[in-house]
Parts: sequence; structure tokens; C-alpha cells
Amino acid sequence: MKNQLKAVWQFFFGDSARAFGSASLILLALLAISPAKNHFSQWRHYQKQYLHLIRGRADAVTLERHFQGGIQQIWIPEQQVTDRCTTCHLGLKEASLADVSAVAFRKHPVVPHSLTEFGCTTCHRGQGAATTVEEAHNSTEQWEQPLLPAKYIEAGCGQCHLEKQTATPFLNQGRDLISSNGCTHCHTIKRGDGTYILPDDDPPSLKHIADKTTREWIYAWIKDPQAYAGTATMPNYHFTDNDARDISAFVMAQSTPLQPPIQPLQTDTKPAADPAAGTSLYGQSFCASCHAMQNAAGSLVGGNVGPELTGIGTKAKPEWLQDWVANPDHYDPQTMMPHYRFDATQVATLVGFLESKTEPDFVANVHLEPATPVQIEHGKRLVMENGCASCHEINGIKKPENFAPELTRIGSKPLSQLLFVEGVEHSLPGYVAGKIRNPRAFGPSLKMPQFNLTPQQVDAITTALLAQTDRAQTQPPAMRIASVQQTKYEPAGHAGQLMGDLRCLSCHMINSHGGDMAPDLTWEGTAVQREWLVQFLKNPETLRPALIRRMPKFNLTDQEINTLADYMMTVYQTPQFDRDSLPVSEFTPAVVEQGRELFYSKFACQSCHIADYAKDKGYIGPALAGTGKRFNAAWVYHWLQDPRSLRPGTVEPNQHMTDDEAHSLTAFLMSLNSTGSKEAPKK
Amino acid sequence: MKRSLVAICALMLVAGGCSRESKPQPVSLQPTASGTAIVESSGGKQIGYIGMPLDQPVVVQVNGASGSAVAGAAVYFSGPAGVTFTPVSGLTDSSGQVTSTVSLGQQAARYKIVASTPDASGKKLELPLDEIALGYQQTLGAQLNGQYCIRCHDPESTPLRVSNMDNLSAKPHPFTEGDALNKMSDADLIAIISHGGPALNKSAEMPPWGYTLSKSDIAALASYIRAVADPPYESGGLVYAQK
Repeated sequence: MKNQLKAVWQFFFGDSARAFGSASLILLALLAISPAKNHFSQWRHYQKQYLHLIRGRADAVTLERHFQGGIQQIWIPEQQVTDRCTTCHLGLKEASLADVSAVAFRKHPVVPHSLTEFGCTTCHRGQGAATTVEEAHNSTEQWEQPLLPAKYIEAGCGQCHLEKQTATPFLNQGRDLISSNGCTHCHTIKRGDGTYILPDDDPPSLKHIADKTTREWIYAWIKDPQAYAGTATMPNYHFTDNDARDISAFVMAQSTPLQPPIQPLQTDTKPAADPAAGTSLYGQSFCASCHAMQNAAGSLVGGNVGPELTGIGTKAKPEWLQDWVANPDHYDPQTMMPHYRFDATQVATLVGFLESKTEPDFVANVHLEPATPVQIEHGKRLVMENGCASCHEINGIKKPENFAPELTRIGSKPLSQLLFVEGVEHSLPGYVAGKIRNPRAFGPSLKMPQFNLTPQQVDAITTALLAQTDRAQTQPPAMRIASVQQTKYEPAGHAGQLMGDLRCLSCHMINSHGGDMAPDLTWEGTAVQREWLVQFLKNPETLRPALIRRMPKFNLTDQEINTLADYMMTVYQTPQFDRDSLPVSEFTPAVVEQGRELFYSKFACQSCHIADYAKDKGYIGPALAGTGKRFNAAWVYHWLQDPRSLRPGTVEPNQHMTDDEAHSLTAFLMSLNSTGSKEAPKK
Repeated sequence: MKRSLVAICALMLVAGGCSRESKPQPVSLQPTASGTAIVESSGGKQIGYIGMPLDQPVVVQVNGASGSAVAGAAVYFSGPAGVTFTPVSGLTDSSGQVTSTVSLGQQAARYKIVASTPDASGKKLELPLDEIALGYQQTLGAQLNGQYCIRCHDPESTPLRVSNMDNLSAKPHPFTEGDALNKMSDADLIAIISHGGPALNKSAEMPPWGYTLSKSDIAALASYIRAVADPPYESGGLVYAQK
């Protein structure tokens, strides 16, 4: 053995010439390692595959001319983009490669941003400078931001786009859910432009809660809010029976009577047990525009602006309901609910109707002994520990500051700072979604409660949170598309007070402030005739036969109506033109006839509007049979020429008509003087 | 001291490495019966989004020779790369059905998924199902469709959205109606959306949208219409099937 080794040694290094030759060969081999590594690198392999692919295609010559070998790089210093993704992803710009099945070589799907302007990692994340698949796509020890899964890709858009975009429904939904579930009562989330995502769930004040409901109901509610109403946004804290007992004791104990106090039930107008009258008043008042209620078939009917009313009779005391229906302002000056001006009989009818909507099972098994001071004290501690005052106003407890971790940069959180538990995917999206889906799985002592969300909603919120990255906060302001902020506009004076009392802005938008349930009224004074407005406020007629949500009747006095009409006609005028600039007397019967022709043939307006109840059926737009009594001719004329210049976002398409056509059509529409409105046939 | 620290670190590394690698073991099925046919109950031809679970689960049923449902038969789901099933296989319940939630792949395309069950001789009975994943452009088209088109082009009415189709004298084509819409070229489709029905000598009840929507919006609408066509539009992008 030893001799053999010796012989080998002798063969290679026996004399100086042999030693020199062998050493040279070894050195040569060592020197070859580096170029060989380069030659066999992964990206070369991809480039060879790509060349192989394009050679077999009809437009091989063009594709080969576009091909550039070697490492490719997109460098955009101001966006911190150094992306070498195009080294392997070679067909991103090749229109003819849209049908290639290998993802690496396919054309990029159509998006509004170009590769050279934004790079790849701006939207997709990952490590741009890497030249191997593993390092570029996945999270490594040195780089903790892997590629964003396609499911959450809209998070990429959300870093710069703070406004609502049509093309990003999940991002929009996620942001809406963060607001409507009140996430930001506890978590602070700052947008890139320095504004904050604000909650809009409007949790009720508990300062006078004993006037409104019973301790038994509170107990059952905090045990399981969704057992009372499936639509409840209050999350489940999984309180034990004893904790719920003590919290309900404290909540009742801290409540003070409302001043001036709620009146006892009127004996002469006791809630009338007339279900038919109640149902019809509930319907006429369009309560269902905002409130949902389960119907006999068990399906939920109505809006989600106010709370669900299916079990309201179990929740609210009758005297509170009477006070609330008569004037909600008394109990909650911040409420969105209008002051309806019901008379005593109507109040009694509605209270009787609402009291009959009960869920007796909900509190049937709740039996509470009178609370002891120790229980109340313990309840107070629980209320403070769980941050109840982050959402609810509670006597004697201040709203805690920064109760939960700030989520402004959650989308860039390094994995090493996260604590994973079993069953949660080891990635940032997995962690965020897991936390939202089942927060207590991360530790039974954690305070975050269980929200009632579908898997799809969890993904939407995750998308919105993943958009909260370092890049979103630090990029140059020019990159940002700002969110649309509502103004603080409030109508002024006596009419303003009246409009506040009626909560017009809960449904209508005026000067970029208000709700989106009903038409924007910013220029209503230019649009309509005063006489029509007065009639409409007296008795709102149906303008859009296919809509469920409609303007309710508020029982306004003539004086109130005059105040409102005067204000709206004077203040809500567009500066674009004068509402009296097109007198109806200008229109000759011949022009009207031309307009009729255009209405029914060239523009086929009857497909969406009704000009004549006897023959037209279209009901996408408002009925136009009473245009001559409702609108001013100048408004109609300008609307026809460019609807969006008067109401941005309206569905009515711009028909690009000539001035003459708009003039004739206006003449025809202004000749429509029907007063009666009819229900269009519904399916 | 130093040595124990190193040991602890090493242990943590090992533990971390192990926990990451532990994957759920595929459950081997123990079928108690087999059928002679596999049919779709629901969940085929859905329109979803890339990487996302479909709205409705896919439900398939195994039937026996007499046409009645068979309980306890094994059903396996499979699909092209990127498609995930929860669960990926299962035994039929007492009504002969297996339900699976399907997430589509990361590319906008039509995905062909397959549910299969072995018959008595062990031969595989297959049920192919088509599902559609919308990407960025098609999603934009779908949203615009919901805003502008659907009220006339969709015969279905819901309480919040009453269909206007029956009020029109020329009935619009629902966008899934591939038989009619696949015959139109891309240029014609974009022309009729932009300039209205009269651009192609059709009814003026279809208004022009070219002065209201941008060109890219209209292209997005066209790409959505191509994506949802049934039967599929021929050059309507990718079809993903298992090789």
C-alpha cells in the first residue's frame, strides 16, 4: 500500500520537471472553476432554453433580434429598483409570446405600467439583484421579502395607489373592511401620504346603555355577538361566563341616566300591536335602505348602514325605542339616523312593530344574580385590559392610546420578527392572514378578538395590509396617487341646521362630503325647478323604479320645505352656466318633433329611460316623463352634451351629440309634462 | 458557556429546519365502494381570480350502475400546476358526493381540472371541468361590466340589480354567449363598444362608450368578454391542462 502511494507520488512529483507539470495542471483546473461556474449558471440555462423556444416559432428572426444575452438589468435609482429579473424572463415584452406555457418566457399580461418605468420588484417584490431563482423569488437569510403570491398581487398596487381603483377590487374591499370592522380603533395604520385609515363602524357609546337595554342582553351579546345578529361587526372575545357576568355588571353600573331623561311609554299611545300598519310604515319610511331584517323566509333584506333589526325587540327597551324613533338625536347626537318627525301614533305603531321583532332564545338561558361590588370592580379591570374603550365611550375610562401594534409597515415586517404557530404558513402573507383568521391561535392570552369574516374577506384584508410597506412610506411623493378625502363641508344657517337634523349627508353627497347612497346635490339648484323641489320634499315620488333604496318622507312642515328649497335653489348652483339661460319659449313644435325622433331612433334613450309610461319600459336611468316640470332646460342641454362634467361618475354615457341634437332633445324632454309616476313592472 | 450557547443555537436550527419541512402526509383512502360514472353536481364553469379560491366549492357525485348515488367511493382531484384542492381527494358521503375548494393558478387562463374515481375494475373514470381565472386586465373588465354593462347584458335579476334586458327590443348578448360573440373580431368588438350598435349596423340601444371610457378600459372589457365566452374563444389566451 505504502509502496503504491509512493509510486504515484513519484509519478507526479518525482523530479522537478514532473512536479512543475503536475502543479501547472492543477492550477489550470483551479482557474477553470470560476468560468465553468459562470458557464453552467442557472440564468444561462434559461437563456439557452429561451433561444431554443424562439427558434421554433414563426417570428424567430424578430425575436432573436430582440434577444440580448448576458445579465440584463433595469436600474431606476429613485425607486430603489435594481432588477435583473429580465435576465431569465426574456419574453416579457414580446407580444407574440402571450401563449407560451412556460411562465418564465411568457409575455407580461397587460397592465398600465411599463417594465422600464417601474421595474419588477416595485409591484412583485422579491430580490431584484439576485440571479438565481431561489434567491430572487424566495426569502433567504439576507433577503426577507419574497415574491408576492398572485392572490395578494393587488397589494403591489396599493403601495402607490391610495385611491380606489376600478381594477383592484380586493384591495378596495380590504381597505373598506379595515374601516368597517373598526380595526383602526386599536391599530394605527398610516397611509403613504400621511393620512390615516379611519374606522367607520361607529360603535355606540355605552354611557347611557342602561336606558337602552338590559344586563341580560349585554351578557349574551358579549358572549357571542353573532348569535344575536349574523351581521354584527362586534368581534367575539371568547369571554368566560364569569367574565361576561362581571363585564355586564360593570357596564350597567357605569351607565348614567340620559339628560333630559327618556320618557316612560305614553299610555294613550301604547305600542299598537297592528302588524300590518307597522310593516307598511316600516316600508314607507324606507327603513330597509339602511337596516336589514330577516323576513319570514329567513333571508336578510335591507341595507347595512344601520344595525340589523331582526331581534331589536329583545335588545331595546320599548321606552328607549319610543324615544329613539321620535328623535334619535336625543340619545346619540352623532348618529347617522335622520329625525323623521313621526307623529305620536306613527311612533307607537313603529315601536309596536319593532318590539314584535324578538329573538327570545338569545336571552332565554341568561339568569344573573344582582352584581356585587367585587364583580363590578373585576368587570372594570376586564374592560380596561381588553381595551373596550378603544371603540366605545365608557364613563370613567379613557380611550387607550396605541392599544394594539401599529400596522403602518406590516407589509415589510421581516419574518425573523414574527412568531409562527403550527398550521400557519411560514410567510408574511400566511402570518397576517392567520392572525386575522384566528388571532387566539397565536396564544390564548392575546387580546385580539375573533372577527366574523369569510376566507375571502380575510384575503382581502391581508391584501390591504401587505400594501403597507416601507416603500409605500419612503418613496418620492410624486409616485403616490393620493386618496380622495372627504371635505368637512356642512350647510350653513337655519337651513343647515334643518339639513343636519334630517341627516341629508348620511345619504347625499354635497361639495364632496356625505354618503353615496343617493344623488349628489352639489348643483341641485341649477338642475331642478323650485316648484318641483317643493313637491318632492312634501312627498318624494319614485324617480327610479328599479331601486329599493328611496328617499323617505319626513313629514316636513311647509315652512321647513320653503327654507330648504330656498337654500338649495340659491346655494347649490354650478358656476358653469346660468340655469335660466335656455328659455323653454324658444322651442318650436318642429324642434320638439326632431328631438322625439332623436330620442327614439338615433340615441334610443328609451332603452334606459321612460319618456312615456304607456310605451317605454327602460329603467336604468330615472324616468323622464316629468322632465318639463322637474328640470331646467339649460341643465338638460348641458347634461346631454357631457353628463360627467355635471356629475362625475354617472353611468350615463356621453353620446358625443352635436349642439343642434342636444338642443332638439332638450326641447323634446322639456315638453314631457306627465305628473303621474308608475311602478315599472318588476320581475 | 460558549459551547452550550452553540449547542442551543444548533438545536434551534435543527428544530426550525425540521418544523419547516414537516408537510401534511397525504391520507390514503380506503374506499368501500366504487361507481360506474362520475358527474358534476355544481362548481364547474366558475369565473374566479388568479391564485384565489373559487366562490363555490366543486361538488362531484359518483353514481352506480342503476344511476343511484354511491357512498364510500374514492374521488381524486387533479389539475395543472398551480391549482390547489382542499381536500385533494375524499370518499363520497351518504349522498354520493365529494366537495372540494379549488384555488386556481397564478396565470389568467382557462383551467381544466379533473375529478376521477376508479370503477370496479380499477379503471379511472374521469370528469373534466373548466374553470376560468381572471388576471389584471380581465378583472378590470369584470368590474366595468358590473358598473356599465351587466344591467342590459345579463338576463338575471337580483333585488339590488333588476335586469333591463327584457325592456329592449334588440336583445343584447350575455357575455358568456360564445356562439355569437366569438364570431366577432377583436376590432369589431372594440368598435361596437366604442361607437355603439350603429357602428356595425346594429341597434342604437347599444350606446357608444368611447367618449366615457378610456381605450384601455374598453380593451379590458373586450378581454373579459373573451375570457368568459362559452364555448371558449379560440385565441382567448391560455388553456391550462395537465400534460
